[in-house]
Amino acid sequence: MKSVVCIKQVPETTEVRVDPQTNALIREGVKSIVNPVDENAIEAALQLREAHGGTVTVITMGPPQAEEALRQALAMGADEAVLLTDPASRGSDTLATSYTLAQMVRRLGEVDLVLCGKQAIDGDTGQVGPGLAERLGVPQITFAISLEVNDGRLRARRVLDDFFEVVEVKLPAVVTVVKQINEPRHPSMRNVLRAKRAEITRWTLADLEADPTQTGFDGSPTQVIRVWPPERRAGGKILDGPVEEAVEELARALKDMNLAAG
Amino acid sequence: MAVLLIPETCTGCRLCLRACPYGAIDMVEGKARFNDNCTQCGACASACAFGAIVIEAAYSRDVDTSQYRGLWVVAEHLHGTPRRGTYELLGEGRRLADALGVELAAVLLGDGVADLAQDLIAHGADTVYLVQDPALAHYRTGPCTDVLAGLINQHKPEIVLFSATPQGRDLAPRVAARLSAGLTADCTGLEVDAQERLLVQTRPAFGGNLMATIVCRHARPQMATVRPGVFRPLEPDPSRTGRVVETPVHLDERAIGLKILEVVQQETDGRVNLQDAEVIVSGGRGLGKPEAFALIRELAEVLGGAVGASRAAVDAGWIPAYHQVGQTGRTVQPKLYIACGISGAVQHLAGMSSADCIIAINKDPTAPIFSVATYGIVGDLFEVLPALTRRLRELRGA
Repeated sequence: MKSVVCIKQVPETTEVRVDPQTNALIREGVKSIVNPVDENAIEAALQLREAHGGTVTVITMGPPQAEEALRQALAMGADEAVLLTDPASRGSDTLATSYTLAQMVRRLGEVDLVLCGKQAIDGDTGQVGPGLAERLGVPQITFAISLEVNDGRLRARRVLDDFFEVVEVKLPAVVTVVKQINEPRHPSMRNVLRAKRAEITRWTLADLEADPTQTGFDGSPTQVIRVWPPERRAGGKILDGPVEEAVEELARALKDMNLAAG
Repeated sequence: MAVLLIPETCTGCRLCLRACPYGAIDMVEGKARFNDNCTQCGACASACAFGAIVIEAAYSRDVDTSQYRGLWVVAEHLHGTPRRGTYELLGEGRRLADALGVELAAVLLGDGVADLAQDLIAHGADTVYLVQDPALAHYRTGPCTDVLAGLINQHKPEIVLFSATPQGRDLAPRVAARLSAGLTADCTGLEVDAQERLLVQTRPAFGGNLMATIVCRHARPQMATVRPGVFRPLEPDPSRTGRVVETPVHLDERAIGLKILEVVQQETDGRVNLQDAEVIVSGGRGLGKPEAFALIRELAEVLGGAVGASRAAVDAGWIPAYHQVGQTGRTVQPKLYIACGISGAVQHLAGMSSADCIIAINKDPTAPIFSVATYGIVGDLFEVLPALTRRLRELRGA
């Protein structure tokens, strides 16, 4: 089984702050990590390889340092890694990104399964997986909490707001996974050393025969025109006296709120 | 977008004919050919096994935006029962459509859902585009994408809105990619620039650490998924009239690859639906043990609320994942959120900071939750919760 996992290198979003003067993101000193749920996608691919044989290829689109994220995937046990890095892909929104990743997957030959994490913690859109499936012309299964492959058919349990769905589809397909699907393995010493020495393939948009009107700024219909830090909620009243008094004040305030019950 | 057929590559296998919802493909001299029913929905392109049908992406700068008019809302339902966000979308859609001077339409795909069409009109729609077929009884990406893309190509709305529910976030990006349209996820603010006929979209990014405003100047339609619980529905007016435009389609199960084997309710702890709850009482690491959730449940019950949890409590196995509130859990918008033994890490706040009123109970006075709480009690939750529950019961009885 040949699977491809799409990953993204993202800033550790808990550390991200906006400069109040310029409204630009402050990136200095902010650690870059593999998007957390992408590690679950890598783990899912590795488990399928253990069950069915085959290979796991990890791909990403980003600046040259995104190679670090690919090495972390190799350290988990992925077989090979490909980086698309090209200044012309800067400014890509999710439409241009799914186009570019689709071109990468096509270039990798006969692929049975493409895995992605549900969404990235910087963009928070969750749009690239479905866009990728559309462009590859294959079914998509989003929010997968479990996966099983038998005889070229994929069965997955999807987690939706208040119910689960169990679905089945013939491969090839694109699946996006949620973090509850598995526990990503820790890199083994052997794989860490292998990852350090691994040759990571680098492609440019020209290698993909990409249509320039579908990549980068030109291929991105959505445009961010403004960013700003959200209004911080002001703190309110701290009740730190004796418990009975605090509870009394709070109970009365809640009663005044006129909620449905109580 | 355009759908192109390459006759030399066509083998005459008829897979495309089976996949076409609109009866737009004929076999002529052993090869497929499109007729006037074609809506360029693209269903045939996915069905063709030989690469004889391709979708050519529209280059957005070439789009004539003046051809596009009208604001659409894609209604979400489960077997005819509207899901959260649908009425809210109509409420906000009404305001935006009026600002643009255009019609508000709802798109309803399903089977045996004609009654819901009237309900959507009562909630603000001027028109309902209705498509019914047994294959649409339960949502699936493939047929819904094909039908919706076809409708959009036929009627050319300038804006299409979806709820940012799992279904909306599954469907909208596929349709956007099919149409080469711009899509913005999880909008919490919408405005229109009537001059430029632009939808001005505001949304959180970086787990809520950054707000972004986004526009789509050239591609059409302008698409967005909208966070549920932010906007308000209109009061339904059953005397409202509108038109229901039903498009007949024929969907073939053999052309729809995906089978739904089972639909199962999630295991939850309590009766109140967390996602829609007006009141949520949440427990975190400070509870110390799973049994302590009994205190949370009792307070929730007195207030008629739902039970939530921080990631720490879920990861510890004290309560099912259904209850997790936060960046990797649910985003909730209750009137009242009571956080007990929850420190208030950024990722948790991302899931609940838009609650109208936040109450924090924590024995650590430096816990970040206090900086966003309307009321905070610094104290032992094992003392505070039972006392509060008891007092509320007394006041309720009074």
